[in-house]
Amino acid sequence: MSHRHDRPANPGRRDFFRKTVKLGAGAAAANFLPELGYNLMPRALGAEPVKVGILHSLSGTMAISETSLRDVELMAIEEINAKGGVLGRKVEAVVEDGASDWPTFAEKSRKLLQRDRVCSVFGCWTSASRKAVLPVFERLNGLLWYPVQYEGNECSHNVFYTGAAPNQQIGPAVTWLLKNRGKKFYLLGSDYVFPRTANLIIKAQLKAEGGQLVGEEYTPLGHMEYSTVVNKIRAARPDVVFSTINGDSNVAFYKQLRNAGITAHDMAVMAVSVAEDELRGIGGGVAEGHYAAWNYFETVNTPQNKLFVDKFKSRFGKNRVTDDPIEAAYFQVHLWAQAVQKAGATTVDAIRKGALGQEFQAPEGLVRIDPKNQHTWKTVRIGQIRSDGQFNVVYATDSPVRPQPWNTLLYPDRDCNWDLGGTVTRKKA
Amino acid sequence: MTPTTFLVGQLFNGLSVSSILLLMALGLAITFGLMGVINMAHGELMMLGSYTAYVLQNLFVRQFGEQNFGGYFLVALPMSFVVAGLMGLLLERALIRHLYGRPLETLLATWGVSLILQQAMRQVFGANNVDVRSPNWLTGRWQPSAGLEFPHLRLFIIVFTALAIAGMYALLFRTNIGLKIRAVTQNRDMSACLGVPTAKVDAYTFSLGSGLAGVAGCILSLMGSVGPTTGQNYIVDAFMVVVLGGVGKLAGAIAGSFGIGECNTLFESFSTATMGKVIVFTLVILFLQWKPSGLFPSKSRSLD
Repeated sequence: MSHRHDRPANPGRRDFFRKTVKLGAGAAAANFLPELGYNLMPRALGAEPVKVGILHSLSGTMAISETSLRDVELMAIEEINAKGGVLGRKVEAVVEDGASDWPTFAEKSRKLLQRDRVCSVFGCWTSASRKAVLPVFERLNGLLWYPVQYEGNECSHNVFYTGAAPNQQIGPAVTWLLKNRGKKFYLLGSDYVFPRTANLIIKAQLKAEGGQLVGEEYTPLGHMEYSTVVNKIRAARPDVVFSTINGDSNVAFYKQLRNAGITAHDMAVMAVSVAEDELRGIGGGVAEGHYAAWNYFETVNTPQNKLFVDKFKSRFGKNRVTDDPIEAAYFQVHLWAQAVQKAGATTVDAIRKGALGQEFQAPEGLVRIDPKNQHTWKTVRIGQIRSDGQFNVVYATDSPVRPQPWNTLLYPDRDCNWDLGGTVTRKKA
Repeated sequence: MTPTTFLVGQLFNGLSVSSILLLMALGLAITFGLMGVINMAHGELMMLGSYTAYVLQNLFVRQFGEQNFGGYFLVALPMSFVVAGLMGLLLERALIRHLYGRPLETLLATWGVSLILQQAMRQVFGANNVDVRSPNWLTGRWQPSAGLEFPHLRLFIIVFTALAIAGMYALLFRTNIGLKIRAVTQNRDMSACLGVPTAKVDAYTFSLGSGLAGVAGCILSLMGSVGPTTGQNYIVDAFMVVVLGGVGKLAGAIAGSFGIGECNTLFESFSTATMGKVIVFTLVILFLQWKPSGLFPSKSRSLD
């Protein structure tokens, strides 16, 4: 770059900065006005929108999963706006890209909370990204709505967990397998926090319910060569492989398992990270007959789900599919809107209070935010994979299951209860 | 399953892993090994091959119906070579030829290219993985005895890799263009003086290496995932094979891939997948400390 071109441009650029700073300050001041004068002139200042953040990976390895969550969260916000918004104000989303990079997630969440002053953020997928933003949300007192099943052992006042806790996915799946497929378990997972924590829980449960552990194996994230693992599984002769493999490795695992001639008839694979979206890349034919445990499948038969799926497909294309995290991302925005409506204000503390005990008829059925631990009551389902990449629901609980962030077998004396100040130690009986 | 059948199975798996590694590294052995271009977009050229297979599979299903779709793979193999080869040609002409002898710039530029290719695929095919199915004639298994099963797909890859190596040797040592490639990579200035059109040979050579990457991607689409970031899964292994084998020698890539493949499978059978990888990486590092130029060091004095 030559200086000749640079110099004349400089004053103009400085001017531009000055203007934006002024504008920004004005907007920040205006932000408080609607709350103060809400009762006096709600419609007059109603033009000032309620700002929320959306923070997912839109690039990098996790974009494959998280882009859909952004899409469906924007769809839910549009639905809310079509019905007049919240508190008579429009909802406006500030979308940020976490770029599959955990420090970026932390930085962007700080930006959303401090610069954009959003009253809630819908975001994250991996536990690593959630752990990265957690200190930011706790220090700046923000609210994160987290829509993905996770390993539990967390109890933050600044997070609403709308995906499954372990007892709403893993626990029931193990019990169901012991009853229906056999006692011998082989645990196979990707090598990071979720699979290792999940397997601790499964091992405790196997011991308690009379199962038998015949093997445990972890492969690095992105692992593509499963011939040795398949050979080990063949030698161990389990009834069930409980898979906590995450990401692309799933494609390699199912393809190579089928290639080695092992079908669901000989030995069932139960997955907790494989949903409809992932099955599109694996191919339903390859994974046919195996199982997955979730709270929601696209084939769930509720009137709300029919509407949801129709809307999703007409908007994003016939080839797109809905799945559990997508559904949770969708209903959590509606739960948030109800919470704001009930709170009558858009401060974090008011929204949190308004959200406790909030109920919504979601596509998966009734969901309810637990008033004590800020997790969500959800129906647990087990689906069997069909050749078209969808699931037949083979098991569902009669009613929503209470979430337990601390596993009762591993931590019998711990509980998450914000009435008592967060994680508490129960007195021994 | 007896320990013996387990071990025989593992030896076969080792052979299979080795041939897959070799297939991945073959193109790189040419672009990096012979030409010295650190091509960070090698994985993305493989990904182009995978997507070629995906597109052709869908075309075949539409044209010839679900029953006869298996034929697509025979067309996809040469097509993936052509697609990735053309992309390689474009890359070389537009970018890499300006950067010869500047390894750091090449590294950054090709890394940028890899990001562009990833995002391009994301725009065209979406962020999700796509489903490439094995043709029926590759889904069976050969069962020599009870407990031992050799998937046809893995046997096919072993045979295909062997043929590809033989083809490469024939091309490099039995044809006119092979002679020119060797001449230019050994002494560019002297070749130019003797009338070899070095710029053209560079373009062909890079295109050939890229094409081989495409073929590898096409075959690996039957084993693993096909998505915008697929190439990232393979790039480290491919470089490791070439560096361990010794830059500049095809025989090095062959020895390197078999060393890594068999060792990795063997260690993995006694420990875990993660530990197997750790042990192999440690051994490779130690070996390169001892012999920095790899298993088959290039003896030519004129390489710069």
